[in-house]
Amino acid sequence: MDYTTTVLTGFVALYIFMLAAFTGFEIIGRVPAILHTPLMSGSNFIHGIVVVGALWALLNASSLPEQIIGFLGVLLGAGNAAGGYVVTERMLQMFKPSTKTPKE
Amino acid sequence: MNAALLIDSSYFIAAFLFIYGLKRMSSPLTARSGIVVAGIGMVLAVLASFLYTLDVNEAAKPHLSTNLTLALLALTLGLGWAWRSGKKVAMTEMPQMVALYNGMGGGAAAAIAAIELIGYKTHGSISLSLAVLGGLIGAVALSGSLIAWAKLDGRINGTLRFAALQLVNGSLLLVLLGIGAYIIWHGGSVAWPVFAVFFALALIYGVMMTMPIGGADMPVVISLYNAFTGLAVGFEGYVLNNPALMIAGMVVGSAGSLLTLLMAKAMNRSVANVLFSNFGAAEDEAQGDIAGSQKPIDAGDAGINMRYAGKVIIAPGYGLAVAQAQHKLYELVKLLQDAGVEVKFAIHPVAGRMPGHMNVLLAEAGVPYDIIFDMEDINGEFKEADVAIVIGANDTVNPAARTNKSSPIYGMPVLNVDMAKQVYVVKRGQGKGYSGVENALFYADNTQMVYGDAQKVMVSMIQAIKSLGGGH
Repeated sequence: MDYTTTVLTGFVALYIFMLAAFTGFEIIGRVPAILHTPLMSGSNFIHGIVVVGALWALLNASSLPEQIIGFLGVLLGAGNAAGGYVVTERMLQMFKPSTKTPKE
Repeated sequence: MNAALLIDSSYFIAAFLFIYGLKRMSSPLTARSGIVVAGIGMVLAVLASFLYTLDVNEAAKPHLSTNLTLALLALTLGLGWAWRSGKKVAMTEMPQMVALYNGMGGGAAAAIAAIELIGYKTHGSISLSLAVLGGLIGAVALSGSLIAWAKLDGRINGTLRFAALQLVNGSLLLVLLGIGAYIIWHGGSVAWPVFAVFFALALIYGVMMTMPIGGADMPVVISLYNAFTGLAVGFEGYVLNNPALMIAGMVVGSAGSLLTLLMAKAMNRSVANVLFSNFGAAEDEAQGDIAGSQKPIDAGDAGINMRYAGKVIIAPGYGLAVAQAQHKLYELVKLLQDAGVEVKFAIHPVAGRMPGHMNVLLAEAGVPYDIIFDMEDINGEFKEADVAIVIGANDTVNPAARTNKSSPIYGMPVLNVDMAKQVYVVKRGQGKGYSGVENALFYADNTQMVYGDAQKVMVSMIQAIKSLGGGH
């Protein structure tokens, strides 16, 4: 079986952008205000996926400037993903109802 | 196994896990598992991307081992630093940390754009336009977020404002768009100094755009830059033909935009107003005189009165968090509940430093979220409350926003604490709020002021109630 990566161009890309935009809008639209800060932090974590793009760019770098910028890109992207995860997780694990006994 | 197929299917699963995780994060009951779900997606995507090493460009093949070492080093350093700083940061400082991590994401998107452009790797006007636009937005998000972080962290004080600032910023943006159009027009084949100037100006624009904005508006700005980074990531995803980046970026771009609008609405400001007005510059305008005087009361007396009340509503503000009094406050609440008092928390949408921040701070102290209520759910209950106690909040409880048309905060939704039979305001001194507006609540007939540090006041109240002994 020979598989090559699907190339996303023109309207296919536009459809993806449109559907993704609606998805984000719908998810946030019905959120209670108490979760706004964790959600901002959570969505901040999700765009940390940029580290994957930076990895591709760095692995395909063929000159010193590209390697330097690529290194910075991966460094920053990894910071975004890891930091976003840790602070979101810390905030969310504190949400508990009074019916259950909170464990320390 | 075909590497490309493996990479694509990993990204597909990751994209699903991101959306599903975000969905779970949108309810308090499932929120905790939501971030874990999204985290699994992230780990999967990052691991899969190492399969890229099997199939790199011809030009990059001789550099592969160097590049791989650099990649592992950058990943370890970025991950290690962010993990440690994220674990260490205090809950009160969460907003600036989110700003910092967000700026890093914007920087990563800008870095991808820079590599694509200086390596002349992008062809076609759509790809090129999105690479340039994503690079611009990413760079603005990077420098803008860094300024926002520095301001909230107290590293930069004051704001930069001069008469022609908006004109300068407008021209700067036009120049940036001009250079971008020039790059696209020439199919990306321009000399590298053009790219350097482009990115440098974009970074400067981010600084100039954020400097004039005051601390109180910063959460809206951080949320806006969060949406910016999402957009930039989505655009660079198109350039790299990476659907995971496209989907995750665009979901965050739209979710972040909506969140920004909701926050701005909660503060009764428009986003344009936050970005381009000089709020707070005209604070000495006549606001009308306030009749009456501030009446002090001893903390212990106020505590005992609450002990014998039927219903108490607490309106906390950022001052509570600054005094680190959340834990003592919850101790007081439990004491009141044991005495049979009905206690509820009323949270203004912008209590704390950003919407939901106060909920996080209360949750940290162990306060269960089912006695915490949003403003619109509890505002009708204040008139049935025997006592409303305001702790470290000011502008969010100012009745002038409802009644005084000359007040700068007129029209902002506020907690109706003044409608309770008795109002206690715990406050350090007789100062004004963040917006610099005098508060009519403090002078009302049914208001008594408890002066002092919030934590010490809580301790005095707890002691006073305990000294009464048990029983009803």
